[in-house]
Amino acid sequence: MTLDIPGTAGTTDVIDRLAGITPGSSLDRLRHRRPGAREHAQRSFDALFAPDTETEVTLVERNAIAAFVTGLHRAAPAAGFYAERLADLAPGLSAAVRAEVEAGAATGPYGVYPAGVAAPEESVEGPRHRVGDPGALGARLTAAFEHAHLLVFRPREASREALDALRRAGWSSTGIVTLSQLVAFLSFQVRVAAGLRLLGAAA
Amino acid sequence: MTGFTREQLGWTPWLEPPAADELTDEHREALVDRARAASPYFRLLARDPRILHARTVTDNDIFHNADGGLPRAERELAATATSRRNGCVFCASVHARFAAHHSRRPGDVQRLLDEGVHARQDDRWRAIIDASAALTATPGELTAGHLAALRAAGLDDLEISDVINAAAFFNWANRLMLSLGEPVKEEDR
Repeated sequence: MTLDIPGTAGTTDVIDRLAGITPGSSLDRLRHRRPGAREHAQRSFDALFAPDTETEVTLVERNAIAAFVTGLHRAAPAAGFYAERLADLAPGLSAAVRAEVEAGAATGPYGVYPAGVAAPEESVEGPRHRVGDPGALGARLTAAFEHAHLLVFRPREASREALDALRRAGWSSTGIVTLSQLVAFLSFQVRVAAGLRLLGAAA
Repeated sequence: MTGFTREQLGWTPWLEPPAADELTDEHREALVDRARAASPYFRLLARDPRILHARTVTDNDIFHNADGGLPRAERELAATATSRRNGCVFCASVHARFAAHHSRRPGDVQRLLDEGVHARQDDRWRAIIDASAALTATPGELTAGHLAALRAAGLDDLEISDVINAAAFFNWANRLMLSLGEPVKEEDR
């Protein structure tokens, strides 16, 4: 797999690559002040994308979900990074994932709070994505994409029923924990990379 | 279901966590802090131990690394603002307590919970809350203007990177807590 972001050749830290951080730069020195976070953000990536086992969630599923989640964020370097990984692993899925990214476009966070949680005007309706071509993705990825869209844009609407839908599509409890970690970790990685890239540009 | 509060809440999982006496050595290592074996949330996350361990050490360094940077109170403020914006009542309750304790400004923290991220604050907290909320939007809405406001409020680049790390991390934490269970009032447990 290759991804050419100018000036980052040879960097293995994914956040550094996505934020355009080069060795010895001011951002590199800033990240060095939080070494535990830097190392373990990378270990998180490794745990999710170089897993010890594919029993619960396959590598193709992980990368398809990542391409979808980062595509929904419209975070260019991250979306390109994961789309390229998916294209290497399962080129047949790329077009279907791209179509879902386009169809799933929205602006968040939104969603309706359970009664009594927040003022009524804070409950904002928005799209509840349904996969357009379940046949192209298969039942497991179809359910995973619909759940990922929920977690990306309207996490306040997460529910027991949403987990039931995953179970019906063949997701185990452990697989659901990994799926939640995937979507949640990517929500972090995209934001750290975007924030640091902006900080570097503003320096 | 409870509203946004600084009170102590419980959390109940929607999936079965391993029982405390079923935890293996790998599970316990992933918990990092052994006392977390008492928490159904961390036991549930231990179903995937590698990512739990990496998540937890990332969290600890972002919030507890005391080598300069943003005061703990304001890292917790960024976590609270992010949780308030996303709608994670449980995360907001925990980190509002930390923010109020470390800043000794419970009234300002409570106003953030009651009225949301747009509630009145002083310039420095305004800049931190606005940057956290902008980073929490999907797609991201953080701009050079937010960074300029943080600088104008007296934050240097390390402190700004702490705001970015804390707000970004809670976009991870909020989605885990919200997706796997729900908060409960302590008296209902």
